[in-house]
Amino acid sequence: MTKDKHHKTTTVALAGAPNTGKSTVFNALTGLRQHVGNWPGKTVEKKSGICRRNGRIFSVVDLPGSYSLGANSTEEEIARDFLAQEKPDVVVAIVDASSLERNLYLVCELLQLGVPMLVALNMMDVAQGSGLEVDAEALEAILGVPVVPLVARNGQNLSRLLETIEAVAEGTAQPPVSGPQLPPAMEQLVAKLDAAVPADLDIPYPRRWALVKLMEGDRSIRRSLKASLPPDVWEGVKGVLDQHEQAVLEIASSRYDWAAEAYRRAVSRPKGEHASLGERADRLLTHPLGGLIAFAAMVFGIYWLMFNVGAPLQRWLQDNMVARSAGGLEDALRGWPDWSTSLLSNGIIGGAGLVLTFIPILAILFLALAMLEDVGYMARAAFVMDRFMHRIGLRGQSFLPLFLGWGCNVPAIMGSRIVESRGARLTTILVAPLVPCAARMVVVALFTAAFFGGAAALVSWSMVMLNLIVLALAALFISRFLFRGRESSFVMELPRYHMPNIRTVLLTTWERVKRFVVLAGTAILAMSLVVWAFSTFPSGDIEDSILGHIGRGLAPIGGLMGLDWRMMVALLTSFVAKEQTIATLGVILGTGEGANGALKAELTSIMAPAAAVAFIALQMLFVPCAASVAAIRQETRSWRWTGFAVGYMLVTSFGVAIVIYQVARLFGLGV
Amino acid sequence: MKRDDHVVPLGTLRPGETGTIAELSGGRAFVARCLAMGCTPGTPVTVERNAGRGPIIVKVRGTRLALGRGESMRLHVKKQDLKT
Repeated sequence: MTKDKHHKTTTVALAGAPNTGKSTVFNALTGLRQHVGNWPGKTVEKKSGICRRNGRIFSVVDLPGSYSLGANSTEEEIARDFLAQEKPDVVVAIVDASSLERNLYLVCELLQLGVPMLVALNMMDVAQGSGLEVDAEALEAILGVPVVPLVARNGQNLSRLLETIEAVAEGTAQPPVSGPQLPPAMEQLVAKLDAAVPADLDIPYPRRWALVKLMEGDRSIRRSLKASLPPDVWEGVKGVLDQHEQAVLEIASSRYDWAAEAYRRAVSRPKGEHASLGERADRLLTHPLGGLIAFAAMVFGIYWLMFNVGAPLQRWLQDNMVARSAGGLEDALRGWPDWSTSLLSNGIIGGAGLVLTFIPILAILFLALAMLEDVGYMARAAFVMDRFMHRIGLRGQSFLPLFLGWGCNVPAIMGSRIVESRGARLTTILVAPLVPCAARMVVVALFTAAFFGGAAALVSWSMVMLNLIVLALAALFISRFLFRGRESSFVMELPRYHMPNIRTVLLTTWERVKRFVVLAGTAILAMSLVVWAFSTFPSGDIEDSILGHIGRGLAPIGGLMGLDWRMMVALLTSFVAKEQTIATLGVILGTGEGANGALKAELTSIMAPAAAVAFIALQMLFVPCAASVAAIRQETRSWRWTGFAVGYMLVTSFGVAIVIYQVARLFGLGV
Repeated sequence: MKRDDHVVPLGTLRPGETGTIAELSGGRAFVARCLAMGCTPGTPVTVERNAGRGPIIVKVRGTRLALGRGESMRLHVKKQDLKT
């Protein structure tokens, strides 16, 4: 990379724990000149952006939130590897002034790593509101690095923050001190390890820092040291470490002793402790019963908005944009080969275009989620739901994304981002397609009405229950066997509530909507085209299409469930979108797409109630639709996990449907 | 390790009761996480919410933490006498 003399680029890393207002600072610095991607090879969001000042270009990187420089989570590992290896020009440690003592732990670690840094003392207003007086100058004297008090939410003191960043970059700010000392016994241990490890050790971390991390039992440093040392030398090092397993406690305690001392000298409580408004609100919001009711009310509110504001907009878009443009195209392309018209109107507009009409619904959902996240409520929701989610091997955080899957599974999969640990997040993504989405319920409603008359509601309800049971079992299985031992412990901060920052909320919403549009324009479009091609070629007639032939090939399996090849084809087309099943049946059975009455009559004539139940179950549990598969691929960044999701649902759906049909026949429901 | 009679799992404390952290048991990751969140040996912890089942809420170093039931039973505290 070339560096222009007049436009020197300075790398600024924002480090800090979650809930410190880090994103707000980042948004305030970079505005819309930001880029959201992923860290190479990881499923963690990487935000970077540009900020200009006095002809200087700052490239700002928002590191994932982390409480320490350990390797307790992927997020922490990314943050500390960036700091230790990429060596940013300036590190801004963003701390929550209202929770200073805990936040100083990370500052202590950063000082010990020895990076050029300053401290942004954010949320000064919240601290004052809860009766704390934080003396920034006193803190500066103790830390030995510049401290800038800040209220990032309303932009207060941002220019001073930039000035200070510039000063640190220029090297005019006071140089960082060597960092808080370790207790003598620990220093001796460092010396011992230093003697045991050869001087030419080649690892991408500062030597002393790596040795201390080794004493703390850091897994990834241990691995990289073991790999770069001769076996006998490693055995010696390991011997020293094994004798001092308690070192981790002593080191952490010494850092907190330092933090507590700094806190004591810089913070005073003139008014004494009093319960803040937030703490009073929490008496209800974290109450075992009251909290559940409040959470249910909030979810209901989100649903109400999605269905009363979002859904009418979606229908309007569908009628006016999708239907009209597809119709218009058909007129415009009269005379062109049939397949080309079909490609445009059914493949592209009917597939990916239809998905795009869901933007209003998703935008409302994403907006509500971003708002609840920013206010600090999410941790409370996780707290009240944990009791139930724990039973199926998940933690409280997974509840909200899963619950939102009732409308459509795509936002559930994309919403899994709010789940912190990787194992729990992947489990959530993998079971999310089992939440019975609205599109599937359309099919269920048609079948139950056709076959079960008065018992239709009961059968529908049983099917939903069946899905939830399978979901619970799948979650239990995946978390117990696939992520065994990697289960995250439920130790979560309940951040103080604060007023949402409109800019942060809107930017977060915008980023997520953008992601969805990109997904629809790429992966979902590609999937729609593939399915369209399969159902169109070679003759343009679905019965003779590739899909039709696959359906015929599946007839023997269908036979185990009492289903003929036409039902199998209908099932396969549900891969485009779950409700597609009905349209396909209309075409194959020759009853037309709109006439549900005729379709119902035809259905009852070609299969027995036992087969109908099996088919509903099959449809409910079948592989996720194309859009969900694309979303799974995007969120897991792995074809293996995507394949796993498709595979296990394929096997489960066929297995369950076969069992249902065979059992139902025993009870005389078959022909 | 010799265990004091007053050392009990944190999850057994009632709301309003305070103990000082005596022992952290469990996996390395769990211990590291607790330490990073401020639960170092000797630190006072006050239980704010404990319904007897499900997760609990505690206050440590001015920060409120939610702990899973299992986690709260692996953190052992020395119970402070109410009189002192």
